[in-house]
Amino acid sequence: MKRWLLALTMLLAAPLWAAEAVPVGEDPAIEQRMVNLSTDLRCLVCQNETLAGSHAELAEDLRREIRQQMKQGKSDSEVIQYLTDRYGDFVLYKPPFRSYTLLLWFGPFIFLLGGAAVWYFTLKKRRAMKPANQAGSEALKQAVDLLEKRN
Amino acid sequence: MIPEIGHFALILALLLALVQAIPPLIGAHRGNATLMAVARPAAQGQFLFVAIAYGCLAYSFLVNDFSVANVARNSFSQLPAVYRFAASWGSHEGSILLWALILALWTTAVTIWSRHLPEDMSARVIGVMGLVSFGFLLFILVASNPFARLFPAPMDGSDLNPLLQDPGMVFHPPMLYMGYVGFSVAFAFAIAALLSGKMDVAWARWSRPWTAVAWVFLSIGITGGSWWAYNELGWGGWWFWDPTENASFMPWLAGTALLHSLAATEKRGAFKNWTVLLAILAFSMSLVGTFLVRSGVLSSVHAFATDPTRGIFILGFLGVVIGGSLTLFAFRAAKMPTGGSFTWFSRESLLLANNVVLVAALGAVLLGTLYPLFMDALGMGKISVGPPYFNSVFVPLITPLLFLMGVGPLARWKQASLPGMAKQLRVALAVAATTGVLVSLVSGSFKPMVSFGVALAAWIVITIYLGFAERLKYIGGEKLPALLKIPRGFWGMQMAHLGLAWVLAGITLVSGLETERNVKMNIGDTTHLAGYDFTFQGISPFEGPNYRAARGNIEVASGGKQLFVLHPQKRIYNASGMPMTEAAIDYGFTRDVYVALGDELDNGAWTVRVFHKPFINWLWIGGFFLVLGGVLAASDRRYRIALRGAEQPAVVPQGAQA
Amino acid sequence: MKRWIPLLIFVALAGFLYVGLHRDPREVPSPFIGKPAPAFTLPVVGQPGKTFSPSDYKGKVWLLNVWAPWCVSCRQEHPVLMQLAQAGIVPIVGLNWKDKDREAEALLARLGSPYTAVADDVGGQTGINYGVTGTPETYVIDKKGIIRMKHIGIINEEAWQTKFVPLLKELNQ
Repeated sequence: MKRWLLALTMLLAAPLWAAEAVPVGEDPAIEQRMVNLSTDLRCLVCQNETLAGSHAELAEDLRREIRQQMKQGKSDSEVIQYLTDRYGDFVLYKPPFRSYTLLLWFGPFIFLLGGAAVWYFTLKKRRAMKPANQAGSEALKQAVDLLEKRN
Repeated sequence: MIPEIGHFALILALLLALVQAIPPLIGAHRGNATLMAVARPAAQGQFLFVAIAYGCLAYSFLVNDFSVANVARNSFSQLPAVYRFAASWGSHEGSILLWALILALWTTAVTIWSRHLPEDMSARVIGVMGLVSFGFLLFILVASNPFARLFPAPMDGSDLNPLLQDPGMVFHPPMLYMGYVGFSVAFAFAIAALLSGKMDVAWARWSRPWTAVAWVFLSIGITGGSWWAYNELGWGGWWFWDPTENASFMPWLAGTALLHSLAATEKRGAFKNWTVLLAILAFSMSLVGTFLVRSGVLSSVHAFATDPTRGIFILGFLGVVIGGSLTLFAFRAAKMPTGGSFTWFSRESLLLANNVVLVAALGAVLLGTLYPLFMDALGMGKISVGPPYFNSVFVPLITPLLFLMGVGPLARWKQASLPGMAKQLRVALAVAATTGVLVSLVSGSFKPMVSFGVALAAWIVITIYLGFAERLKYIGGEKLPALLKIPRGFWGMQMAHLGLAWVLAGITLVSGLETERNVKMNIGDTTHLAGYDFTFQGISPFEGPNYRAARGNIEVASGGKQLFVLHPQKRIYNASGMPMTEAAIDYGFTRDVYVALGDELDNGAWTVRVFHKPFINWLWIGGFFLVLGGVLAASDRRYRIALRGAEQPAVVPQGAQA
Repeated sequence: MKRWIPLLIFVALAGFLYVGLHRDPREVPSPFIGKPAPAFTLPVVGQPGKTFSPSDYKGKVWLLNVWAPWCVSCRQEHPVLMQLAQAGIVPIVGLNWKDKDREAEALLARLGSPYTAVADDVGGQTGINYGVTGTPETYVIDKKGIIRMKHIGIINEEAWQTKFVPLLKELNQ
């Protein structure tokens, strides 16, 4: 009963033109595509914001442009081509695979592989390492030095 | 007058920094006790004068002395007092002075809690920190004087950047700097060890609590920064892989690696060279971060200073500090592997794997942050490296680490038994997999990343439980008293791991399940999202102290029941005319409801963005446990005894057993 | 040797940082350099019925200056352009970008026009086709209609002498 009353008062309180809010983009599917695409693009004027998040005027223009092109049936890659033709690779937050970005894309995994190699060889050496008295005279001398310095 | 006093105090502090550095370092080299004794009073005096200088700057801000250029550019008479105070570190000059102040503060802390150290060790540590202080103070005096006057003085200031006018801004930079600069202590210990040639286990034990405390502050700073971005930037993001954020994340990764490596060095005498190198790396990353943010070599939302002369000065300073210490490392690092033998599957090998992954991840972040710069410097054009790159590279890199996080704490030093652990790990794996499946069942949609992330978090949680269970079995007796007997170091590690698991769960859930709508709303219009109904009841004007705002009234209901009203604002700041979006958030344990105003349309209608962010607060809850873990670890009994000064280092390096 | 690796990495890094210091992170090179200027046909401000296309200037070296009445920096640049126009060194064509309030004609009448023609790009589409990010921006276009340079921001004395003069001399030969 209470809930009904509440609903009733809310109905009365609401202006007559109250309605379901309209999405900003007319076509939700295109809107979604536009947002997805533009989160990976850079707003050119604000420099460190995405095209999706920016309130700058140019960003709004470009979003409108993207929407329009999508409405004309262009694919995502065609839209990206359109933008890079005009603004260069700088608009892409995800740098394209090119000869000059190979190091960027493979670098981290090279680091990891290098690290794995270090790990492997360190462990191999460690396993072979018996207590220090078998580790050669130089190491022994160093160990003794260490002990002396400490005391 | 007050600004001139501040300036003069800075000059005195500069001279004292020199006194703090040179005589003690010479004294330590020659074994001269008198020269070494200079270190403590000089360092404390340096702190006093930097503090006076900072006080003068803060005072100028608080009394609106717009004849000081720094105040005129970064403050405003209508700005609330707390923000006027915070504005003292909101500018380039002020933030560098804060850096110097915090460095002096850490040095003073070292002078107090280093009485148990051998005299030459503490003299070297304080001396090295004095050199760093000298560099920073010189930089302030030569290239970024915060007390420079303006003539004629303007009537009013041009206001603090509205983005920075948030409670977060009051706490965030000091915390971050406490962390950045705190790594200078571990760095100074490492350099002192290299200088003295005494790379023994003792220095690892001494620098461990300092590193942990610095790491705690840095973690608070990063978590707080993320919270600030989420609340203030207006579109509900919490991490942007922005160069400024990366600048704080890189020292954190290095510091985390250092904490783990210090454990192996202290407990087992292993990886001494590596640990020294990490200590240098962690502080170097702090300096590089400062350089990246302050020099303007990378464009960034937050980079408020772009001035090549400053950049060249900081770069030169980096060259001296980092280049110098790495040269020292090359000459002085131990020639032979240190520590005892261990097998493929042991705590040591897993800690080394942890370090390998963390450093690779650090390398990835550094590479991504600097790659545009490399390209530009080589004349190969400009590219952008942003969140899509970092996400696609960082996630696969860090996943094995999260998996190892479950295994490592269960493994024994030297040699762990794989068959023995296999049973435990099988149980953990089963629970994790079940959790992953349950998540997709409950959320009603199968998202591989969400299931995998949550399963990984569950894996870590279960192994933490197993770790405690094993400890309790080992101690025996009643559960509760036994729990209290577990050393805080263990508690700290497990809490920090739990925190990270919690963060991981939060990140995967919110990234996978968040939803948003961007709608045009007339007065009375309703929109629906994730079971909530948002009704726009129009805008009312709102007067802030230094801004005017349109304040939206948005009623949120669920299932016909009125829940709460949110008031997002669109502000225009009086001094700068800059518009700002102030989101309104209803916080919850399992979800946030986040509303932001867009643009005004005709007839009182507005565009409104509503977000449903499930489990986002787990990021910060997890962050809290991460920090708690660090605090527990730093307050372990062993270090408190060490601080009181009586105890000799108990652990004998394995390599020296012969 | 192994222990020198960290130092070597740092030295390489510092070298890049040093070079990077002298670069402006905000200056984005245009992908149009060396490519034909995108074609357009737009009405000319103040001359109803007349239109302008880049092909009209085939055989000439000219500047395309993107500006707008609402743009504060363009107002600062205006006297410089006036001087250049009076000296008659090179024809300057204006692209009146996104002038929604239709102020350009009155403004140029009041301040004087440095332009041989002003193309009216109300929708901003042509600007986007040229990769404009903000005003003012100036393109140098050669006799064959190829874009040879793009200058972002105000043309000041220094930029004019170091960037424009040598290039214009070369192109006019």
